[in-house]
Amino acid sequence: MNRKYEPKIVALLCTYCTYTAADMAGSMRLQYPSNVRVVKLLCTGKVDVVYLLGAFRAGADAVMVSGCEIGDCHFLEGNLRAKERVEHAKTLLDELGLDARRLEMFHIGASDAPKWAAAVEQMTRRALELGPNPLGQASAAVERTGEELTR
Amino acid sequence: MIVAKRKPFDEIASAAAPYHRIMVVGCGTCVAVCLTGGEKETGILAAQLDIAAQMAGRDQIFETACVERQCDREFLDELAERSEGCDAMLSLACGAGIQFLAERYPRMPVLAGVDTTMIGVNSAVGVWDEKCRACRSCVLTMTGGYCPLALCPKGQINGPCGGARQGKCETDPERDCVWSLIWSRLEGSGRLENLSAIQEPRDHSIANLPLRQVHPAYQRRYSAHE
Repeated sequence: MNRKYEPKIVALLCTYCTYTAADMAGSMRLQYPSNVRVVKLLCTGKVDVVYLLGAFRAGADAVMVSGCEIGDCHFLEGNLRAKERVEHAKTLLDELGLDARRLEMFHIGASDAPKWAAAVEQMTRRALELGPNPLGQASAAVERTGEELTR
Repeated sequence: MIVAKRKPFDEIASAAAPYHRIMVVGCGTCVAVCLTGGEKETGILAAQLDIAAQMAGRDQIFETACVERQCDREFLDELAERSEGCDAMLSLACGAGIQFLAERYPRMPVLAGVDTTMIGVNSAVGVWDEKCRACRSCVLTMTGGYCPLALCPKGQINGPCGGARQGKCETDPERDCVWSLIWSRLEGSGRLENLSAIQEPRDHSIANLPLRQVHPAYQRRYSAHE
């Protein structure tokens, strides 16, 4: 049975900015791919490399982290820490042979709903280009990822 | 503290490749502080190895454990039950911890996941600088708290060598000449006369012998006559 590849993307979002932007995107009736599974965090400073690898381990085809614009973090520098961790996680993915382009950090302010929609489109396109996560156990496992990450 | 650096991933993955069930064992002391082999890094490496194994189609299981200190026997015992059924252990402790783990579990292949690099200090977030060579004969009282063995590329203990330029080492213009630093600190604390004393040649032969140290309070317990 040939099922069409629909990328599953885990998005770790800061509640103060990108989550609000995503909420606003809904209110504005903006259309964007439904491939993204949102995990709301108090701050992207909470993002850890273990979470990022864990999402891929569970079968996510791509992972996006999105925090406040630089200089706008509610906790001053949580988004800067997340940026460093995402960069580090990319090197870890590279060395184990999983394409680091599957992971990306974004900075999207609370009022920037169109930017959120564009970011999701960008990551969905990228995940389609890169193909399914080679671990090949997506679906059910990645559905649980959000719950596991916030536990 | 002891500072270590994780080995290249490919080296670790190929060392682990022959085994099915592997326990990645972290250490909660020095290597945890230098962000190399603590609980978090243990989880990260296990996740990496698991992803790589799945991608390569290898049937491997990576478990994780992190003990308080791998250089203390009492903390290693707790792994006895958990390691049952494991084919190998991958230690992220310093060289001392890895050896002690292998000694405690002699029938278990113990793999090294890190290279122990130095005794150093945490200079800034994520940065460690070497400070001590464990030479067993400390000169820091005389040298104003700078170790010429660790910080001078020539290991001069009666420096400076004469090669310094503008306070920088001739081996690397970015590197401070430690003897210039020693001079400044001794001058600042009114101890320049320290530099008049000649340090005797060092007995480097002792550095090649495995050392055993017994605390004075325990000398009696471990003396040969008891």
